[in-house]
Amino acid sequence: MTVLRVADLRVTFRDATVPAVRGMDLAVDRGEVHAVVGESGCGKTTTALALLGLLPPGTEVAGSVRLHGKELVGRSDAELARVRGRDIAMVFADPSSALTPVRTVGDQIAETIRIHQGASRAAARARAVRLLDLVGIPDPARRARAYPHELSGGMRQRVMIAMAVANDPAVIVADEPTAALDGTVRAQVLQVLRAAGEATGAAIVLITHDLGVAAEIADRVTVMYAGRPVESGPVEEVYARPRMPYTIGLLQAVPRLDGRPPFGPAVPGPRRPVLVPIDGVPPQRPGPGCSFSPRCPISGPRCAEEEPGPRPVPGADGHTVACLQDVADPAAVYPPPDPGPEPAVDRVERPVVLEVSGLVRHHVRRGAGPLRRRRDTVRAVDGVDFTVRRGETLALVGESGCGKTTTLLEILRLRAPQAGRITVLGHDTAALDRATRRALRRDVQAVFQDPLASLDPLMRVAEIVAEPLLAHGHRRRDVGGPVRELLAMVGLPAELAWRHPGALSGGQRQRVAIARALALRPRLLLLDEPVSALDVSVQAGICNLLTRLQDRLGLTCLLVTHDLAVARHVADRIAVMYLGRIVELGDVRGVCRDPAHPYTRALLSAVPVPDPARARRRPRAVLPGDPPDPAAPPPGCRFRPRCPRYRTLEAGRARRCEEEEPRSTEVAPGRYAACHYPETTSP
Amino acid sequence: MAGFLVRRSLHGAVLVALAASLTYLLAASALRPRAHFEQRNPRPPAAVVDAELTALNLNDRTPLLRRYAVWAGGVLRGDFGRTLAGEPVAPELWRRALVSLRLLAVGTVLGAVLGVLAGAYAAARRHRPADRLITVGSFAVLSTPVFVLAVLLQLGAERINQITGVRIFEWAGEYTPGAAEGALGRLRHLVLPTLTVVLVQAAVFGRYQRHLMLDVLDADFVRTAMARGLTRRQALVRHGLRTALVPTATYFAYTFGFVLLGAMFTEKIFGWHGMGEWLIDSVHRGDVNAVAAVALLAAVLVLLAGAAADIAHAILDPRVRAGR
Repeated sequence: MTVLRVADLRVTFRDATVPAVRGMDLAVDRGEVHAVVGESGCGKTTTALALLGLLPPGTEVAGSVRLHGKELVGRSDAELARVRGRDIAMVFADPSSALTPVRTVGDQIAETIRIHQGASRAAARARAVRLLDLVGIPDPARRARAYPHELSGGMRQRVMIAMAVANDPAVIVADEPTAALDGTVRAQVLQVLRAAGEATGAAIVLITHDLGVAAEIADRVTVMYAGRPVESGPVEEVYARPRMPYTIGLLQAVPRLDGRPPFGPAVPGPRRPVLVPIDGVPPQRPGPGCSFSPRCPISGPRCAEEEPGPRPVPGADGHTVACLQDVADPAAVYPPPDPGPEPAVDRVERPVVLEVSGLVRHHVRRGAGPLRRRRDTVRAVDGVDFTVRRGETLALVGESGCGKTTTLLEILRLRAPQAGRITVLGHDTAALDRATRRALRRDVQAVFQDPLASLDPLMRVAEIVAEPLLAHGHRRRDVGGPVRELLAMVGLPAELAWRHPGALSGGQRQRVAIARALALRPRLLLLDEPVSALDVSVQAGICNLLTRLQDRLGLTCLLVTHDLAVARHVADRIAVMYLGRIVELGDVRGVCRDPAHPYTRALLSAVPVPDPARARRRPRAVLPGDPPDPAAPPPGCRFRPRCPRYRTLEAGRARRCEEEEPRSTEVAPGRYAACHYPETTSP
Repeated sequence: MAGFLVRRSLHGAVLVALAASLTYLLAASALRPRAHFEQRNPRPPAAVVDAELTALNLNDRTPLLRRYAVWAGGVLRGDFGRTLAGEPVAPELWRRALVSLRLLAVGTVLGAVLGVLAGAYAAARRHRPADRLITVGSFAVLSTPVFVLAVLLQLGAERINQITGVRIFEWAGEYTPGAAEGALGRLRHLVLPTLTVVLVQAAVFGRYQRHLMLDVLDADFVRTAMARGLTRRQALVRHGLRTALVPTATYFAYTFGFVLLGAMFTEKIFGWHGMGEWLIDSVHRGDVNAVAAVALLAAVLVLLAGAAADIAHAILDPRVRAGR
């Protein structure tokens, strides 16, 4: 039974010339999870807000949204208010800003109940506590009296879900419910959302940019592009046999832990699997034809003239596609990427470029009062050892707050660390004099997460790329050639050289940042979350660029990322960090296949798999709790409070985890794990 | 918490002592009370002037530090010295403070409330005619000096009195001397000065509140409140305004400390004998003890206002409470 039917929904913001949503269709059945996926700017969130009438005043909404057959478009705010929160509820993306900061969370849930059920204050409070219990918040009576800032991100998102199910709605719209959360917490919240839907029988409209999240919990999926649905159907069918080139491109661009392409045979041999990016950017103002045709590898002459509507795919029930071409084999749509050469020399024979041993970085946190007294010490990096050899890429992965970025910044400073030793290209950073440090800066360059924030908005691309050259003594008239070469090397057309960063797309900006980092021919490149601000189709291009540059220039890289699948595609070796320490280190393929440390296993299991069949088959090991405060690591093994293996040990063996901090030991050739009871790895 | 309060009070006491002492030293060295005594007609002999000045601890031939010691010793015992007329300063200080309070309390509170409402309303109607009207109105008030505003109001009131033929408005002093008019009469005298204060206060607070409200207008939590089933207006009042009020309330608590001193123009023009008027007149006369007493009271009030602002902030914003 269809509870929510959207037909030809069109949304135009005030002062906008082009509609943000241009004919959205959606039919959601009772109890189903319907994912709406697409890249940023495709109109997903606008659609979600339009369903509840939450768009800002002055926005034009046309078309039809029927909930239980009742039309919602065109109704007044007061009429919609009676429906919102009762029949259709919403979970927002960012739980840190979506709750009123000055009211307790119990109060806010109770308000939802009181608005619609007229319950007494006490009854509503009691029900709020029961709802908090339902979404798995421990000690719910006490937590109900907490203010939002006193809860962790995962807890807040559970509160949002409790609020959404408070009045047993028919539909829950969840807009990127896990985008702001860490890996292990994301897995918990997805589970809670799915369970809340099952417990109340509500249909869930899941808005997400993450094809993995959609594959994990959705029954049906609708892919949006430029404000329109371009493909829709059962999630297994769409992921296995996509018909629209855009969907195919998205699926091929997603990095995967197993490194296998989504369709067709795996390319044998290459040390790192290669992704398939979609070239170009979504149109600013869609023309008369198919809005994807400028980026489409198989677009024909008709595609530029006629915008296709959704048509059923023959032989596949409920699968529709808006494409004029007939795609039989999805693997044949995009040209296969060049796999690149194998590394020639064995790892141990290559010289060490970066060596870090016993690195410590503690921050003192001070009180807010006038005396700013010392409150506690955050042990951001608390004894980290690793080496990176020439031509290889080491990925530092972990959840936010584990100390991975702090480690990178300590190396970038090229100064004496608080404790431990950093050796860059044979120089101990504690013993550098001014001139040597300056010379060494040429060899160590960095690329950061947010390309817009790390590029001067007033400089042109050519000036940005030339700046390091000029700073290190090149003459202005000599830099034109190198700048052109650099732009070509990172795949930027020469005519962009005179643009300002504001006039570039996100992917182009990151390419400029990479070109600037490469200008001085560095020997060590530090990459801090270089692709996490980018859409998946663009991210694939930057990942490929990084691997290609490593092969071509023999670059040594340290990559910091929270995304293990990205690490799998870009890095050779991987170091997993938890609370300021490395818990596992080894060859990236091996670690992803057979993790030795229970934390690595949990982290891997929390990565959404963009393959519905496998996502549902695999065993789930959802880690309980939140990452603990790095100011007060527990005694013994730091991971013990969340460790699934510790809980299965008998008392005698468990005592070792409680009392003795595990040291990193070689559990297999080239594989190190800091665990008393590591999983035996296959050789 | 107790330790925090003790530390804070000590801190405050030191600041008050410093501020009052510096003002006394400045006033005692810059003002010329001798001139006030010499100007009398017939001009008194120098010995008499000296004796009178010495009696009041105002003689500029006594070393400054010795006068300061006498004054500070008196203050510690609760004695603020005498005015030039020979009256004790303390009772006059309290009398004046109460006059100012009667004149300004209603206007300040009412003005702030009206300003908050107007600002919040203007923000919610951003760029619509209502917003434009409120914006133009408040800038008109803000750019008019208080004394011009007060005189304009008086002219308008005069006009209304003439048209109606009844003395609806009064604007000279706190009450009509000699007339048995009771509470109503005092109220009539209060209308115009209160209106002056309300207009200025509302214009200032309206600007602040509009700005703060614009920040929460598109806030995620207001949208969440709407998603719960509140209308836009309800969500804006219960969640948006509630959050945007935190800085305003803090600011209000802080400014209330200055109110007693800040209305010298209003007091002068409407003939109320309050603190502001007293300060101006005392500086003019060279009345060192009165000026020092006003400064001391002002320092105490500023500190109390600061404490009140912090307390208001902690009550309204749970995030601050946690930060302690």
